[in-house]
Amino acid sequence: MNLLVLLAIVLLIIAGHQLLRVIELSRGLKKTKEWEITDTDNNMMGKAMLWFMIVFFAFFFWQVERWNDRSLPDAASEHGAKIDALWDANIYLITVIFLLTNFFLFWFAYKYRGNSKNKAVYIPHNNKLEMLWTVVPAVALTFVIIFGLKYWNEIMSDSEDQNKVVIELYAKQFDWTARYTGKDGKLGETDFRQISGSNSVGMDTSDVLGYDDILVKNEFHIPVGREIELRMRSRDVIHSAYLPHFRAQMNCVPGMITYFKFKPTKTTAEMRKDPYVLKMMDGINKARALENKEPVEFDYLLLCNKICGASHYNMQMNVIVDSEADYNAWIQKQKAVKTVAIK
Amino acid sequence: MSSTTISNLEKEHITHHEHVHDHDDHEESFVSKYIFSMDHKVISRQFLITAVVMAVVAMTMSIIFRLQLAWPGEKFAFINAMLGDKWGKDGILDPNMYLALVTIHGTIMVFFVLTGGLSGTFSNLLIPYQLGARDMASGFLNMLSYWFFFVSTVIMLASCFIQDGPASAGWTIYPPLSALPEAIPGSKLGMTLWLVSMAIFIVSSLLGSLNYIITVINLRTKGMKMTRMPLTIWAFLVTAILGVLSFPVLFSCALLLIFDRSFHTSFYLSDIYIGGRPLDNVGGSPILFEHLFWFLGHPEVYIVLLPALGMASEIIATNSRKPIFGYRAMIGSILAIGFLSFIVWGHHMFMTGMNPFLGSVFVFTTLLIAIPSAVKAFNFITTMWKGNIQYTPAMMFAIGLVASFISGGVTGIILADSTLDINVHDTYFVVAHFHIVMGLSAIFGMFAGVYHWFPKLFLRMMNKKLGYIHFWLTTLTAYGVFFPMHFLGLAGVPRRYYTNSNFPMFDNLVDINEIVTISAIIGALAQGIFLFNFFYSIFRGEKAPQNPWKANSLEWTTPMAHLHGNWPGELPTVHRWAYDYSKPGYDKDYVPQTVPLADGEEDGGEH
Repeated sequence: MNLLVLLAIVLLIIAGHQLLRVIELSRGLKKTKEWEITDTDNNMMGKAMLWFMIVFFAFFFWQVERWNDRSLPDAASEHGAKIDALWDANIYLITVIFLLTNFFLFWFAYKYRGNSKNKAVYIPHNNKLEMLWTVVPAVALTFVIIFGLKYWNEIMSDSEDQNKVVIELYAKQFDWTARYTGKDGKLGETDFRQISGSNSVGMDTSDVLGYDDILVKNEFHIPVGREIELRMRSRDVIHSAYLPHFRAQMNCVPGMITYFKFKPTKTTAEMRKDPYVLKMMDGINKARALENKEPVEFDYLLLCNKICGASHYNMQMNVIVDSEADYNAWIQKQKAVKTVAIK
Repeated sequence: MSSTTISNLEKEHITHHEHVHDHDDHEESFVSKYIFSMDHKVISRQFLITAVVMAVVAMTMSIIFRLQLAWPGEKFAFINAMLGDKWGKDGILDPNMYLALVTIHGTIMVFFVLTGGLSGTFSNLLIPYQLGARDMASGFLNMLSYWFFFVSTVIMLASCFIQDGPASAGWTIYPPLSALPEAIPGSKLGMTLWLVSMAIFIVSSLLGSLNYIITVINLRTKGMKMTRMPLTIWAFLVTAILGVLSFPVLFSCALLLIFDRSFHTSFYLSDIYIGGRPLDNVGGSPILFEHLFWFLGHPEVYIVLLPALGMASEIIATNSRKPIFGYRAMIGSILAIGFLSFIVWGHHMFMTGMNPFLGSVFVFTTLLIAIPSAVKAFNFITTMWKGNIQYTPAMMFAIGLVASFISGGVTGIILADSTLDINVHDTYFVVAHFHIVMGLSAIFGMFAGVYHWFPKLFLRMMNKKLGYIHFWLTTLTAYGVFFPMHFLGLAGVPRRYYTNSNFPMFDNLVDINEIVTISAIIGALAQGIFLFNFFYSIFRGEKAPQNPWKANSLEWTTPMAHLHGNWPGELPTVHRWAYDYSKPGYDKDYVPQTVPLADGEEDGGEH
């Protein structure tokens, strides 16, 4: 690789030197000047524009064909399914605009390539046409806005669900801690001044509500089919809790509590059997085999998605979606936080 | 410049008209002519060459981190050679340096290349030339503008050579990461230098912008009504107004950050525990920073793009040999984009914890901006319709600009929709979007401008064939770099990850990253063709004729010499708009603005 780069640089210098000589020598011989665009130039470049369009569109479809099955699996949450539907509608819309306008651009570039015998037609403006392409985008955008805002308001509304599971995601450089409410269904208050080695999330030791809270690291469990309300906090810098499979994301901002709610619809076990996911994992494991890494199974992930320091790229946590029964069994086994209980 | 100096200059140029050469101003010393010059043409060249150097630096940085992203953990002598043993030990990029490179790459490209370089070069060159003015309203402020710019670039580059490395909190420098030296090494001295450099840059930008606005309003020559100005000037004017209104907000934003960093205030900081102790700061909010930052940050996108679009209007009309389609609508779109750009900043903040209701307001305003943008794109395309297109290298880049403006613009519709933004916010989908708009479209505008106005900048021609080769290699590789990034985004890959192979989720995307990096390397090498053509042509290019592209606007009526005062004798008088190409009733397919209207002839811009 290094050799290649070095070789490329050397070649470039040689090429440059040769070019220089050719240009200097040919200057006297040339019939055309640098500013004269000949019919041959126009013809060649006009045709090249059309060829480029074909290559460009082919490249676009090649990518879609080749890489589409590497995009995230269908949303594993209730609101996520709506986002996916809206996403598809919008993507189709912009793909059509993208293809059509680029087609006209490059077609005109080809069709109206210059020729010394031709003269352009003097058309300074056309009010009807201009009105058309002001109104049509405006109407299309009205629909985009209406549907976008409808879903946005639903997704961002406060959680009314009595049966919801409240979980706090606590971010710090460079890991996550999940805090569950325990039996009382309420999270204890926090105070960043009380953070210490044994009180890593800064729980307020004077608040009895926190005594039964449960802290979990490395992976956290959530039940399928129940609303999960995430409350995000950060210890140091801005992080972002990104749960791509659930189409969920919210920044974790020091000094604030931020919220995101969602209802998972597929357990981890179900996802591991999903044909799309299986195919995707197959691709991942094939790539891992080349690197001599062991094969893996699908897991939901919580990623950090806001630059937060040197190990930003390595700040993630597994999420396990359980059936209601499995979740209850798991949460029973978790112990209440010690720092507070001892006091 | 006082009126007496102007008349003296005029006299001098009238008498010495025949003897005008490069060495015309023999009374001027080298220093006052080429270094501390107050001449808009020299300042324009100074901005351009500084920007070219900065662009090479920023591009090289991108190659370094692209190598890491495609082949993480692989050893590259190139990385070691560039960064030394400290940050490129054994040829492996240090994670902190990775973030620093990403940060400085973005900063240089956005501010030093696409703001300073684009506006600084072409506003300076074209505003006096196309308006028929002797120079900028204030040559002295103009000179200061360049030298503040120069100092800020030197400080920014110097920050790359300090012990803890340069700023590395991303080009958006969100606190608390940028405010706390404990959080990342780049937030030590590097961040201080970044802020100082940026403060000086803002001074430069303000001096320049004020000058542009005053010149456009006051120094138009006789007959140059606002509605006869070329669209380039309209774009530069609105760009300058955006800069004057939004850069001071960035200044206050940076100033408060300087206070938080150095004087223990709490504008942006609250409830933080870092380095083993709780900090005293209470009550501040990083969200405040984000509001202030993006109040500049979004208009900034249009500060970058409008000049490029303005130049494309001029180049596409000239080379299609047709009037720009819908001149009035184009002015209206520029004004609408300028106005709307001030009320859309919140679309960068949907996921920050900002009140979701506020988010919905920004969805509405942001999607509105798509309408004038669409009008511009359609008008560009229709300008080419039934034209007689002359494929100069500038024209090719202008067409490339329109194509990438569309391709990058449509994904903006997705990102402006807060619902859809949830899952692609801060992923490579966003990286793809803004690189196609800024890294392709605006850069193409800059290339188009350089190829088109090179005869005015350096009195010589660039090589046409090399221009063609440069265009095709750049276009093909640039899409190879930025188009696949959409698919990384769809797979959920976050931005600014040092490596994507630390956990299994993205292991199947290695080949996409390789395609991106290989395209980037070829694309970067292709810029060598441009650099060669550029520097070679400055000194040894073919001597340019007065009006090589057969264009109408006033800059092509000046003699092919860098006259102090631009025109020998009287300033030209303008009788018509700048777009009378292929007008019926004329033999030639262009009618310069200085040609009086025939009896009963209507001025095109007057509809």
